[in-house]
Amino acid sequence: MSDSMSEIVKITQVSGTAVPIRGNDIDTDRIIPARYLKEVTFARMGDYPFFDERFDASGRKKDHPFNDPEYQGASILFVNKNFGCGSSREHAPQALYRFGIHAIVGESFAAIFAGNCTIMGLPTVTVSAAEIDTLIKAVEENPQTRFAVDIDKKSLSYGTRTIAIDLPETHRSALTSGSWDSTTLLRANLDRVKKTATKLPYMTGFAG
Amino acid sequence: MAGRTLYEKIWASHTVGILPTGQTQLFIGLHLIHEITTAPAFDMLREKGMDVAFPERTFATVDHIVPTDIRTRPFLDSEAEELTQALEKNVGQFGVEFFGVESPNQGIVHVIGPQLGLTQPGMTLACGDSHTSTHGAFGTLAFGIGTSQVRDVLATQTLAMDKLKVRRINVNGALGTGVYAKDVILSIIRRLGVGGGKGFAYEYGGTAVDKMNMEERMTVCNMSIEGGALAGYVNPDLTTFEYLKGRPYVPSGVALERAVAYWKSVASDPDATYDDVVSFEGKDIEPTVTWGINPGQAVGISEKLPRPEEYSDPDGAKKAYEHMGWQPGSPILGTPIDVAFVGSCTNSRITDLRAAAKIAKGRKVKSGIRALVVPGSAEVKKLAEEEGLHEIFKEAGFEWRAAGCSMCLAMNPDKLNGREISASSSNRNFIGRQGSPGGRTLLMSPAMVAAAALSGKVVDVREYQ
Repeated sequence: MSDSMSEIVKITQVSGTAVPIRGNDIDTDRIIPARYLKEVTFARMGDYPFFDERFDASGRKKDHPFNDPEYQGASILFVNKNFGCGSSREHAPQALYRFGIHAIVGESFAAIFAGNCTIMGLPTVTVSAAEIDTLIKAVEENPQTRFAVDIDKKSLSYGTRTIAIDLPETHRSALTSGSWDSTTLLRANLDRVKKTATKLPYMTGFAG
Repeated sequence: MAGRTLYEKIWASHTVGILPTGQTQLFIGLHLIHEITTAPAFDMLREKGMDVAFPERTFATVDHIVPTDIRTRPFLDSEAEELTQALEKNVGQFGVEFFGVESPNQGIVHVIGPQLGLTQPGMTLACGDSHTSTHGAFGTLAFGIGTSQVRDVLATQTLAMDKLKVRRINVNGALGTGVYAKDVILSIIRRLGVGGGKGFAYEYGGTAVDKMNMEERMTVCNMSIEGGALAGYVNPDLTTFEYLKGRPYVPSGVALERAVAYWKSVASDPDATYDDVVSFEGKDIEPTVTWGINPGQAVGISEKLPRPEEYSDPDGAKKAYEHMGWQPGSPILGTPIDVAFVGSCTNSRITDLRAAAKIAKGRKVKSGIRALVVPGSAEVKKLAEEEGLHEIFKEAGFEWRAAGCSMCLAMNPDKLNGREISASSSNRNFIGRQGSPGGRTLLMSPAMVAAAALSGKVVDVREYQ
C-alpha cells in the first residue's frame, strides 16, 4: 500500500475473523463495478467492494456478507473457485484491502487477480474445494471464530484445527521477504535490463 | 535439442534474470497505456522519485472512458475529463507518445497497437487491460496487468513473472458459412471453461486458424483471458507478415527483411512439445451465443439452454438463470433483445464492420431496438467511411459513433438501462458489465449482432447470408 511503500514490510501472518463470499467465477466487475474506476486514485475504493450486490439503486443495503454486522471487522475472505476472473482492474483487490481484507483463502484465483493481490501485499492462498466448504461452514456457524493464516509455514489454524494451505513459492517468497512491492527489486537490475534490450533486434528497428 | 514453443523462445530471449523471489524478471518490449488503469501508477512513480526507464517503448491513448458521440472538451462527464487530463499531464511530464482524442491514431489500445504496426512478432507486450492477450495474434507474448505492474513497467520496462505452461489448441478443418472467429473462441471457452486456462498460455493453430486473417486471429486471442489463460498466441506466418508490411512502425527495405527473418525464427518448432493439446473440429462449430453470466455459458444457435446439472458447477448455472430470467430447455433462438452493440476490442475492426454491414445492407433495424456501431479506432472509422459502411449502418437505423470501448464496459455514457437485453459483439457478459446492475448481455459475432438488431431477437445469421 502507498503508505508502506518505501519500507520493507514482511507479510508472514494474517489473523482475525473471516467473511465468506460463496460462488465460483466471481468476476472483478462484480467485485467493483466499472463506474468506480473513473476515480483518479485508489483512495476511496474501500467504499465500493461488491457495491451493486450490497446496495440497491436507491442506496438501501441488501443482504450481503459485507453488510452483515456479524462479519464486521473481518480481515480474511473465504471464496470458492476462480475468484477475481475477468478484468485486470487492480481496483478490485484495492477495494477489498481498503475494506479491511488482508488475506483471501479460496479454491483458486484468476491469474491477473492473484498477481495484483501479491504485488500489493494481499496474500491469496488456496485449499481444496472440500476444505473451503468446511471453512465457510465454520465461519457461518460462528462468525466470531478467529483464523490465523501463516504464509511462511503455509498453514491455517482455527480452534484446535490446523490445515495446510498453498500458494506459489514465488508469491510466498515475495510476501515473507518483504519484496512483494517489486519495483525496487526490478529497478536494481536496470543495467542488466538495458543489456537484455540491446540483444533484441526490434529495439533498434532491425537496424542490423 | 528438442523443439521449443514460441512461448519458450520469447521467454528465454526476454529474461533479464531470476529474482531472489524465484520469479523471472522479464523485459517488456512494448507497453501500451490508457486513461483508466494508469493514473495511480504515475503517482507511485512520483512518490518514489522514479522516471520512466524506456519512455520510447510506451504509447498512450484514450479509449475506455471517451464519449463516442459528443467529444468536445471538456467532456460532459467531469470524471472522464479529469482522468483524461491526468493522462495528458502524465504523458507530458514523463515523455510518452500520446494519441489523444483528436489524434488520427486514437482508438482502443488493442486495435491501434496492431494497426500502427507497434505490435510485432517475437515481442513481449504489456498493458493495464486484461484483453492485452489480443496482440498474441501476431506471435507476441502479451500480458494484461494491474496498475502496480504498470508502475513496474514504467519504472523498469520489466515485470516479475512466473513461467506458464503451454496448451496447444487445434481448430481443424474449415469453418462453415456464417461461422466466425468469435464462434470459435466462444466454443473453446465453453468446452475448456472460464478457469480452464489457469497457469497456461494458449497456442492456437490448426487449419481453421491458419486460414484466418489477422483480425480474426485477434478476436480469438482477445478472449484467451476469458478462458482463464493469461496469454494466447498464434504463430506468425505469411498472413502476419503481409498484414504488417507498410504499417507506420514496421521497418522497410533491408530492415524489413531482417525483421521477417526474426519473426519467422520465433514461431514454435515443428517438434515442439506442449504441456497439453486440445482439438476442435471447425465443422462442429455453430454460430454461438452466450446465455449466462460468464463467457463459458454459451450454446450453439440451434441448441436449447442446458440444465444446471449439465455443468460442473450447477450452482453457478442456477445463479446465471436467476439473473438472466430464463428457463433451462428453452431455445436461445428467438430471445428478444433491446440493444445491439457492434464494437469492443474483440470485434470492432474493419472486417468486423464489413461483416455486420453485409447483413445490415438494405434492411432496417427493428423498431424499438437501440443499435450502435462503435469502430475500434479513428482509422477504422475512416476506412469504413471510405467504403460507405457508415451509410449502410445509418440507413438501416444504427447509430454511427466515434472510436472507443463504449458499451463493452459502459464507462462512458453508452449503457444499458434496467433489465435491458443486449446482443453484443464484446467479450464479457458479467452481471452489470454493460452499465446496468440488472442488464443482460448475450455475446455473439458482429454479424449475429447485426442480424439480431434487424429481427429484434436472436436469430441464426446463416439465414441472412
